[in-house]
Amino acid sequence: MQETTESVGHIVPAKLYVTIWAILMAMTITTVLVARADIGPFNVVVALVIATIKATLVVLFFMHLRYSPKLTMATVVAAMFFLFLLLGLTMTDYLTRAWLTNPGY
Amino acid sequence: MATAVQTVERENYLNSNYGIKSWLLTTDHKRIAILYLISITAMFWLGGFFAMMIRLELLTPAGDLISSDTYNKLFTMHGIIMVFFFLIPSVPAVLGNFLVPLMVGAKDLAFPRVNLLSWYLYMAGAITALVAMVTGGVDTGWTFYTPFSTTYSNTHVIGAAIGIFIAGFSSILTGLNFIVTIHRMRAPGMTWRRLPLFCWANYAAAIIMVLGTPVIAITLLLVALERAFHIGVFNPQLGGDPLLFQHLFWFYSHPAVYIMILPGMGVISEIVTCFSRKRVFGYEFIALASIAIAVLGFLVWAHHMFVAGISVYAALVFSLLSYLVAIPSAVKVFNWTATMYKGSIRYNTPMLYAFGFIGLFTVGGLTGIFLATLGIDVQVHDTYFVVAHFHYVMVGGMVMAYMAGLHFWWPKITGRMYPEAWAKLSALLVFVGFNTTFFPQFILGYMGLPRRYHAYPPEFQVLNVLSTAGASILAVGYVLPMIYFVWSLRYGKEAGPNPWNAVGLEWMVPSPPPTHNFDETPVVTWEAYDYEHQPQEEVTVGH
Repeated sequence: MQETTESVGHIVPAKLYVTIWAILMAMTITTVLVARADIGPFNVVVALVIATIKATLVVLFFMHLRYSPKLTMATVVAAMFFLFLLLGLTMTDYLTRAWLTNPGY
Repeated sequence: MATAVQTVERENYLNSNYGIKSWLLTTDHKRIAILYLISITAMFWLGGFFAMMIRLELLTPAGDLISSDTYNKLFTMHGIIMVFFFLIPSVPAVLGNFLVPLMVGAKDLAFPRVNLLSWYLYMAGAITALVAMVTGGVDTGWTFYTPFSTTYSNTHVIGAAIGIFIAGFSSILTGLNFIVTIHRMRAPGMTWRRLPLFCWANYAAAIIMVLGTPVIAITLLLVALERAFHIGVFNPQLGGDPLLFQHLFWFYSHPAVYIMILPGMGVISEIVTCFSRKRVFGYEFIALASIAIAVLGFLVWAHHMFVAGISVYAALVFSLLSYLVAIPSAVKVFNWTATMYKGSIRYNTPMLYAFGFIGLFTVGGLTGIFLATLGIDVQVHDTYFVVAHFHYVMVGGMVMAYMAGLHFWWPKITGRMYPEAWAKLSALLVFVGFNTTFFPQFILGYMGLPRRYHAYPPEFQVLNVLSTAGASILAVGYVLPMIYFVWSLRYGKEAGPNPWNAVGLEWMVPSPPPTHNFDETPVVTWEAYDYEHQPQEEVTVGH
């Protein structure tokens, strides 16, 4: 019960919000600039890494996860875990489909 | 209201206020449960009507009653309605909505308005899907497999997909409400280890609803976008992969099987222990088995795709993982059996349905193990063996559990008893009708009859006639409760707070419960299912 009141009552200084916003903006600009350069398959990698960092910042600071009770954190971790299952187990198919090169198959 | 003159009528959730507005704008979890009950019953009969049309067509080998196109639409609409608009909301949205707050000792769910919103979303989704059906129907099967659904089908795929998309949010909101309520609103003394197993089961199902449903929503949205704008996620010509659809679809739709069955298992846990007059055997194991099924259920989805062209190595992994789900499922079945061992069993209708559930679910579950075995799956994939298997789980298991729960808690919901003799007859008819309908389909499938065809070779006719005959018996078995439940509203014997002499907070309040459930917050000082030490006379809390 105390945990809830703690998360509701936490006050974040405006300066922190502005800093996070500035970082997000900088990263958006980076994404656009990188997209213009041709670095082969790494275009997607860089874009996704930046997007992931941005999402993490939003969840941690703007959505107050950093100051939330452990149960809320567990919920977010659980969601990430199930996303990992979706991608990971799907990849067991995609990454190994070409292994079997028997022409009769 | 005929008996109202006898005494000053006690205020309860049904008579606290009247009028259509008091129902459509209610935030009382019990009234919302009734709204769901009426809606999903209508959907059940519609889905059942489509099933009867399918069985009638299959009475003769030739496709003589309806055209093949109409047949495709019938089994698609039967599947969509029964899965998304009946089975998934059945126990959680009706019995769960009604009982979870009562069982944990709360005045309502954590978010009553969100609960009402979930019903409106359900209705919006159902109406959208029905409009798609009325204006021409869908013929993709309830599974919407690509590339047929995205490229070739000329039917109303987008409408049906959007209907399911909307209804999905209703499911998410119900799940969210259950999770928060069970975490936050338990009465003093209602520890996790004293929580009724029905709540554990609904909690496990709620986890799947919240984590899995967004994936089906996005997937069906992608199908709609692919159809409308050719974005190329599933179309190989545009760099997509049709099998990706099956991965995404089954990532939700296999766990959805456990959304359907887990709350049913919760119902059975309550009933078996009550009608055996014994503490449930292995409480912790049944509770944790629910969570284990919820988690393991997410690791097995590609067993639907063994012959679709996935990697052999992935198939090996998924086959092995699929076997694992059998363990917690078997834990439950063995524990129910052990609960009955040396119990003083009473053969009331809910218990008869529970017996049906245990037997038929076991058959359904074990044939699931056959299908998870790679070699056998290649043989029987897309045959009637699969159809029989999942109907044993869904109808033999889940619908049986839903009927068991409806009979068990009907006195609590309405304050009236149903006629026991008629109810026993209906349980018997459902059991006989069900087995006559679906057991022949195991044999048909083993003999190689593929599913989803409206015509078949004449040598399969005997078993198909048997199946159709069974479906007629099953239909009578379902019509009967419909009639006597409505009859009991007016003429049923008054039930009193605890007609089964059961333990649990929901039995300590009057029937029907007052609007705010408990006049004073109950304090729980006893174990769950303490039937051995239970006094014969019930003490009512707050009255």
